[in-house]
Amino acid sequence: MIRRTGGFVLVGVLVALVLAFGVSRFASSEPDGLEKVAAEHALDAGEQSHALADGPLADYSARGVDDPDLSTGLAGVIGVLVTFAFTGGLVLVAVRVGQREPTIEAS
Amino acid sequence: MHIPDGLVDAPVSIAAGAIAVGGVAVALRQAGKDDLASRAPMTGLVAAFIFAVQMLNFPVASGTSGHLLGGVLAAVLVGPWLGSLAVTTVLVVQCLLFADGGVSALGLNIINMAFVPAFVAYGLFVVARRLLPASRTGVLAATAVAALVSVVSASVAFTIEFALGGNGAAPVTTVAVAMVGTHVLIGVGEAIITTFTVGAVFASRPDLVHGAKDLEPTTLVEAVAA
Repeated sequence: MIRRTGGFVLVGVLVALVLAFGVSRFASSEPDGLEKVAAEHALDAGEQSHALADGPLADYSARGVDDPDLSTGLAGVIGVLVTFAFTGGLVLVAVRVGQREPTIEAS
Repeated sequence: MHIPDGLVDAPVSIAAGAIAVGGVAVALRQAGKDDLASRAPMTGLVAAFIFAVQMLNFPVASGTSGHLLGGVLAAVLVGPWLGSLAVTTVLVVQCLLFADGGVSALGLNIINMAFVPAFVAYGLFVVARRLLPASRTGVLAATAVAALVSVVSASVAFTIEFALGGNGAAPVTTVAVAMVGTHVLIGVGEAIITTFTVGAVFASRPDLVHGAKDLEPTTLVEAVAA
């Protein structure tokens, strides 16, 4: 007996949306562990700027939104929804393809 | 913990990309083998949640922050195959949409943040569960240990990649000490967030915690029936 997950998933996605929209503005903007070590020990001497640094959501900011909190929050909301759809869709496709593959049958 | 473009040279980055593609292909096949269609929404949720929490950098020391990696969280909730896929899709979205983590370093980042936590650290979770009591507390303790170790092992994986093809001149031992020292602290944050989240899912829907399936009464009933 498998219980339904729809309600749980819906609540979970809402929690993720609240975190991405409302809490992201309180995140530390200090460099993370890797960035810090890379800067301290000059590992980043050959670092290049990101190939997609001009994208509309680059660096978690929605382009054209002036308020920084709102800009980050909107970028976060888009990210949560895209990630949910992309991941769920990928798993669904993997299952469909997996079921279509010929299986060795005992005949 | 996202490696930008140009920290690690092209040959090592390309090799890592090939390993990542192969690993994802295997994980997709494994996901497709079983009837896991019902797990697709849950895997999507796990990925979406990890994306959101990765935005929430927490301070760990003066001038340094850390963020959740989420590999152990994903593996404990949906298993290592789907879990590694969930973190991989997060990394792909971050790289392509948010310019976080270099395009050329995507393979490296998938190895460090998806594969190492979801397989190496999750392996430790499985071992720890055998040593600990078969209870909710046992599951959460194993989760905490694996989460802490996942961040440290990801920092070791980066150090190995730096040793193989790093573009900096710093001695490998110096980088290893700095990486592990910083990431032990970040690992404590990872353990707290991961254990809290698994505990919250356990409290509301224990049947949705893959790593605690053996504790489920329904599983026991099925085992008896079989």
